[in-house]
Amino acid sequence: MAVVTQSAMTAEPSVTSPKMTARDLNLFYGDNQALFDVNLDIVERQVTALIGPSGCGKSTFLRCMNRMNDTIDGVTIKGKVTLDDRDIYDKAIDVVQLRARIGMVFQKPNPFPKSIYDNVAYGPRIHGLVNSRDELDEIVMTSLERAGLLKEVKDRLPEPATGLSGGQQQRLCIARAVAVSPEVILMDEPCSALDPIATAKVEELIDELRSNYTIVIVTHSMQQAARVSQRTAFFHLGKLVEVGETDQIFTNPKDERTKGYITGRFG
Amino acid sequence: MSLTYLLLAVALLCAVSFYFGRQRAVALSNGRYSNLHSLPAHYGMYTALWCGLPALGLLLVWMMFEGTIIQTMIVADLPEEVTSNSGLLSLALNSISQIAAGGGEHLTVSPEIVEAGHRLANLNTIANAALIVVMVSVALVGLALSYRRISSEMRARNNVERLFRYIMIVCSAIAILSTVGIVFSLLFEALHFFGKVSPLDFLFGLEWSPQTAIRADQVASDGAFGAIPLFVGTLLITLIAMFVAVPVGLFSAIYMGEYASPKFRAVAKPALEILAGVPTVVYGFFAALTVAPFLRDNGAVLGLDVSSESALAAGLVMGVMIIPFVSSLSDDVMSQVPKSLRDGSYGLGATKSETIRHVIFPAALPGIVGAVLLAVSRAIGETMIVVMAAGLAANMTVNPLQAVTTVTVQIVTLLVGDQEFDSAKTLSAFALGLLLFLITLGLNVFALKVVQKYREKYD
Repeated sequence: MAVVTQSAMTAEPSVTSPKMTARDLNLFYGDNQALFDVNLDIVERQVTALIGPSGCGKSTFLRCMNRMNDTIDGVTIKGKVTLDDRDIYDKAIDVVQLRARIGMVFQKPNPFPKSIYDNVAYGPRIHGLVNSRDELDEIVMTSLERAGLLKEVKDRLPEPATGLSGGQQQRLCIARAVAVSPEVILMDEPCSALDPIATAKVEELIDELRSNYTIVIVTHSMQQAARVSQRTAFFHLGKLVEVGETDQIFTNPKDERTKGYITGRFG
Repeated sequence: MSLTYLLLAVALLCAVSFYFGRQRAVALSNGRYSNLHSLPAHYGMYTALWCGLPALGLLLVWMMFEGTIIQTMIVADLPEEVTSNSGLLSLALNSISQIAAGGGEHLTVSPEIVEAGHRLANLNTIANAALIVVMVSVALVGLALSYRRISSEMRARNNVERLFRYIMIVCSAIAILSTVGIVFSLLFEALHFFGKVSPLDFLFGLEWSPQTAIRADQVASDGAFGAIPLFVGTLLITLIAMFVAVPVGLFSAIYMGEYASPKFRAVAKPALEILAGVPTVVYGFFAALTVAPFLRDNGAVLGLDVSSESALAAGLVMGVMIIPFVSSLSDDVMSQVPKSLRDGSYGLGATKSETIRHVIFPAALPGIVGAVLLAVSRAIGETMIVVMAAGLAANMTVNPLQAVTTVTVQIVTLLVGDQEFDSAKTLSAFALGLLLFLITLGLNVFALKVVQKYREKYD
């Protein structure tokens, strides 16, 4: 897979024309602060990996990016997150439309208890993306194709999605997210519940999706971060410690903590 | 000595054997319990169970057969002309047991009967004494045998667990057998009824007026036993009740579970469940004294002829009564839908109501169907509200503004007061009960099928 070899460092975290940015982001669960002054840019049509030890805030940060934390009681957020230079926490933003633009794939495959077809058609239906059954069929087929699942399921679209294997379920969830035509896809440890073969398939898929979507992936596996991402951000204790080209983070980290984590001394 | 004392004695023996069994195990362990296969308490339990269970089993068998055996012995000695007539025989047996109990001085009976009475009293005393002796000795033998079997290798723990498994089997057998017993008692009386009235007339008859003549010269001598009007009435009231309870219950469940703040929920949910604690008689008052007149008066304003006891009033109040069943159970099943499914839906940009309609509700559907069908059975079986608010007139109508009657109400009215137990009128209650039972059973089976069919695995 293509890894950007150029190691010249621009002044991080700023990159030219980022798709999404976080500025001075602080997040509190009640009185507990979970994120401290996070500043991060997400580059368009690249895979950005968020790594760090458990409880470091990387998943929390990811959930800030499509306001999934809104569904949790007692969360307060300070700072700014932008998508195409617009603050997504602005009052004028409709969170429903926002989440249609920023899709999400979860840690555990969570297909709805419906048929395979209905799972993929769910998003297009609720957002009124289609006017006819044919259009819907087409979206479902393309999404399944993009998620690399079409070949395996095209004869069993009316069957319940819960009958698929774990890896297939997760790719179905990716197809479900893709069907809404989002601009950004957030993935929260998408492979942690999968076996190595299913993991390899999903990783391949992520690499292909990069040509059409901006992807942010939280992962526990540093190999995975190295394999699929172009940029890597290292979180520790709720702070963004270091961010840069994946190559540079893994070969030449600037911060001692990053070095410690990627060489396995803690984490 | 009465039965209570006997049971107490056996319990005491069990306690004693527990103590001895445990002591023996402790003595065998040489101070280290790990030398034993099981804990000392298991050995104690083992001896206690072997002391108590056989004795109790014996008591049960004894009680089942004692009466029959003694009666056979008494009957065998009675003169031929008494035993050949079943009416005379039961009269004689009655007198005999009165004499045996120490009364019956006022009876004018033959000396054979008096003698039999004294013999019965004698036999009873002997039987009681024998029971005590046999039971205590069985308990002691059990104690001795199990005590002797205790050794450090004996698997008391496994043994005790096996015994408890048998006890559990017996308990579930009791639950099942009593259901079977109820069904059979209904069945026999119902068959009796069908001997007098044709089952076809009962099942498909359109008229219900169970008044039969007690004396031959009375008017209205032939009753009509068509069950259809009763079932139509039941169905009508149940339907009205469900029209109230299902939407209100479901929407309140959704509000409580998905929208309400925890503070509001903490107050409102128990308040709603209080509805389930109101006695049905009180609902009956409410229906008969408040709702029914209200409907009648307002109907009059609209030019409708609402009877003062109407299916509508009963159905509405019954609906209110079963709201908590629907809401509480549906709330429980909906809150069990995993958070990951909600997240998946929100993550695709669905709103709260879309998530509820398209994800949570379908996932919770089997449980909701179960809740609704439970409410239906409850509504079908409900009696008190209908007695008070819907009247007794067996009108064959689907007009909710008229008085109707239900199966349960008719059963009550048939069996209230002094009844002769061989008239078709009284027996029809059992046929109705049987039919009602079959219908509820069918409903439950259907509910189970539905739940199985739509059950989705979501983990």
